[in-house]
Amino acid sequence: MKVGVVTFPGSLDDVDAQRAVRIGGHEAVALWHGDHDLRGVDAVVLPGGFSYGDYLRCGAISRFSPVMTEVVAAAERGMPVLGICNGFQILCESHLLPGALIRNTEQRFLCLDQPLRVENNRTPWTSSYDEGAEIVVALKNGEGSFVADAETLDRLEGEGQVVARYLGNPNGSLRDIAGICNERGNVVGLMPHPEHSVEDLTGTGTDGLGFFTSLAAGVFA
Amino acid sequence: MPEQQRSATSTLDTVAVAATDPDRHQPWADLGLKADEYARIREILGRRPTSSELAMYSVMWSEHCSYKSSKVHLKQFSEIPQETPAGKMLAGIGENAGVIDVGQGYAVTFKVESHNHPSYVEPYQGAATGVGGIVRDILAMGARPVAVMDPLRFGPLDAPDTHRVLPGIVAGVGGYGNCLGLPNIGGEAVFDASYAGNPLVNALCVGVLRHEDLHLAKASGVGNQVILYGARTGGDGIGGVSVLASETFDADGPAKRPSVQVGDPFMEKLLIECTLEIFAAGLVAGIQDLGGAGLSCATSELASAGDGGMHVELDRVPLRDSTLAPEEILMSESQERMMAVVEPGDVEAFMAICAKWDVEAVVVGEVTDTGRLEIDWHGERVVDVPPRTVAHEGPTYERPYARPSWQDALQADRAEDLARPASGAELLETLLRLVASPNLCDKSWITDQYDRYVRGNTVLAQPSDSGMVRIDEETNLGVAVSTDCNGRFAKLDPYAGAQLALAESYRNVATGGATPLAISDCLNFGSPEDTDVMWQFAEACRGLKDGCLELGIPVTGGNVSLYNQTGETAILPTPVVAVLGVIDDVTTRTPSGFAAAGERVFLLGETREELSGSEWANVVHGHLGGTPPRVDLAAEKALAELLAEGRGLLTSAHDLADGGLAQALVEASLHRMVGARVSVADVAGGDAFVALFSESAGRVLVTVAEGEEDRLVELAARHGVPLTALGVTGGDAVSVEGQFDAPLLEVRSAWMATIPAALA
Repeated sequence: MKVGVVTFPGSLDDVDAQRAVRIGGHEAVALWHGDHDLRGVDAVVLPGGFSYGDYLRCGAISRFSPVMTEVVAAAERGMPVLGICNGFQILCESHLLPGALIRNTEQRFLCLDQPLRVENNRTPWTSSYDEGAEIVVALKNGEGSFVADAETLDRLEGEGQVVARYLGNPNGSLRDIAGICNERGNVVGLMPHPEHSVEDLTGTGTDGLGFFTSLAAGVFA
Repeated sequence: MPEQQRSATSTLDTVAVAATDPDRHQPWADLGLKADEYARIREILGRRPTSSELAMYSVMWSEHCSYKSSKVHLKQFSEIPQETPAGKMLAGIGENAGVIDVGQGYAVTFKVESHNHPSYVEPYQGAATGVGGIVRDILAMGARPVAVMDPLRFGPLDAPDTHRVLPGIVAGVGGYGNCLGLPNIGGEAVFDASYAGNPLVNALCVGVLRHEDLHLAKASGVGNQVILYGARTGGDGIGGVSVLASETFDADGPAKRPSVQVGDPFMEKLLIECTLEIFAAGLVAGIQDLGGAGLSCATSELASAGDGGMHVELDRVPLRDSTLAPEEILMSESQERMMAVVEPGDVEAFMAICAKWDVEAVVVGEVTDTGRLEIDWHGERVVDVPPRTVAHEGPTYERPYARPSWQDALQADRAEDLARPASGAELLETLLRLVASPNLCDKSWITDQYDRYVRGNTVLAQPSDSGMVRIDEETNLGVAVSTDCNGRFAKLDPYAGAQLALAESYRNVATGGATPLAISDCLNFGSPEDTDVMWQFAEACRGLKDGCLELGIPVTGGNVSLYNQTGETAILPTPVVAVLGVIDDVTTRTPSGFAAAGERVFLLGETREELSGSEWANVVHGHLGGTPPRVDLAAEKALAELLAEGRGLLTSAHDLADGGLAQALVEASLHRMVGARVSVADVAGGDAFVALFSESAGRVLVTVAEGEEDRLVELAARHGVPLTALGVTGGDAVSVEGQFDAPLLEVRSAWMATIPAALA
């Protein structure tokens, strides 16, 4: 598959996401925030970083980038979209996903090797995992605390839209939520960084690779 | 005071005015110049300087920029052959940063710099802009920055001001570095009372480039355009220049502006990507970052390194504050700015790349053949100077120095004479107390605020002995870096202390399996006007030079920070040494923690009764006296060669330093909660206390798989490195036969609790 990785001004983990896509067996296509087309990709990753310096509010400016118009339209047609960290924040700002991400309860940036449980393996990004699989991936954020109103949280739980949960909540996320998906399941937002967990040599091991190999299964294609 | 009123009342001091008004009083003393320095400027120019010229000379002839007190001692570093074990240096001292060949067509550049005083005044921004400045230095060489490191020093952990300074500095280092997407792969956090009013924030950056991409800071080619790009110039960081402004402006003076610069890491990230794209397109003839002394430094250094002339129209500089006077623009230390020299035909392409990255760029001048740096302000000449006199011909001082009168008494007061723990229970109590002490405890409260994973090439980071990054994903070529200094050793003997810093950093790089190639240093000392401090500085420089000569590695550059003191009390002499090494295949690196049970534990190197300056003496007795551990660089070299050759055989390797063998065993065990059962009967003649807490240099704790012992014995014998079998890994305690069992859970909670508890 061809997987696009968007670079916004201030994106940082775009090279990592491209590498993870390649290790996952796909072709990585670099997309620029100012692009008006998606260059024929089959899926899109919005990588981590501090797009637009996180000024105003994380992701609030990036959602207005030209490429996001295309990403939103493609997502609504069912294209798999994965937002990691800042990408998750952009997906929330774009209203592709509910809720918001606020400052960690400790009020500090945190970089940790974070244990997670995969709660939903029926998305195009998680089908390689067993449901309930416990994995360790890198976590690094200052504003990673997931919040939503109780009704939204209940709906996310009820509809199986909680994709991953923290084992040991590092940042105060409500109901230990580390990642969610939209109702259709094709759009996934994840605060931890599976792209840093795809090689034995670097990062936290290879537990994150499943997010990039899952695409091949084509569950939602 | 209203801004309009300010500008309306200012009068421009031009070269023409200076000629007609030769005796005007100028505030040279308030700008930090000495009477003879001011007289020298008048002699160079044949007239009084304009206020803009005075601003430039004062800032460029400051200690920070001119190295006027340290130069006479630093020049001995150029006696070291400009060659590393991997080949000739591609650029050396004098450039923004030294560049060394690491093979496969790659070169690496690295440098460590201080940002001490700003970080005390405004911890967050001081530390943040320290990171920003060193990253631009590396970028200006044509390299992609790939990692940062931060050696930090604070006052006592329980001091109230440390609770202001430390969280701010750590947040600043993280806030800026994380936002740039550069992994922070190590550093230090050291506590000592001498840093209470003067914390040290040193920042290191490593960059990678292909040989052909090397760029040097010079303005060559008459007619080439001088482009200023990046952030707009504001009134931040202009500190002392206000005295000039107050002369030009009304008696009320200008608005107070922060003297500490304010960083915008997002702009710096754009500047990095934009600059790398400009390099890749081959559009740059010369380049310089704007750091200390801002435009004064960039214009004078570029001009004097090139064909010798430059004409600048200063009013073209994009401003954040339109009321800034030319003197202020020349001295502003606004961050995230670069200056490039570009051939006229390339300007359009250059501007297009800047536009892509939303980076503002303006042609502010051009290269000339006049041999002069000429700067105009709305058509009137405010600067007309020979650029070398600004950039390179500042004053040089032979500051007097003398061995302090107290040095002999200090060295006679040996820690070896202090009361020691005797029983196993006392040794255990000592171990638990030491692992929880500020200098030996877990630093993850600090390092967890830094992104160590971004770019996906981090092979080793804290708490490993060195940081290691992969630089080629195909061949697995990589580099390793460590920074070290024990200021207590340097106080006891600055010559040996500097060599011990060098030895430890060298050993840390070797411990991971890399081959040390070169050093950069950040020499943090007190006032050069104090003969005691100047002696410490001279001795440390001499120690480093002799040490580098013996190890066969050059000094590629660095930084000197003086006047680090509170009142009359200087900081511990702190010559921080950064060693960079190369490893041909990062998959063969040796990790620093015990990996599994059943492995055989050995100690490499010789343990002597060396307790003076140790953490034990510091923590238990509050004592500093005696002479530091013996330096044996030939032994360090043999040890490093063994460690490089031992890759694959060694399942772990961990340096022994502060806290000695006890601390090394604890750290290696806590890594994966794999304990060890050891005997120290064959170490230090069987004196368990000395074996566990001596800080003899040249030692490394290693493990090999069961059955591989003979190979290690053979390897150590061949390299002439003493080898002692200690025991076997496994269990949930560090057990020292006949002495004590230290349960890992108990040790870990003591080790981890200290910093969070202190800062809660």
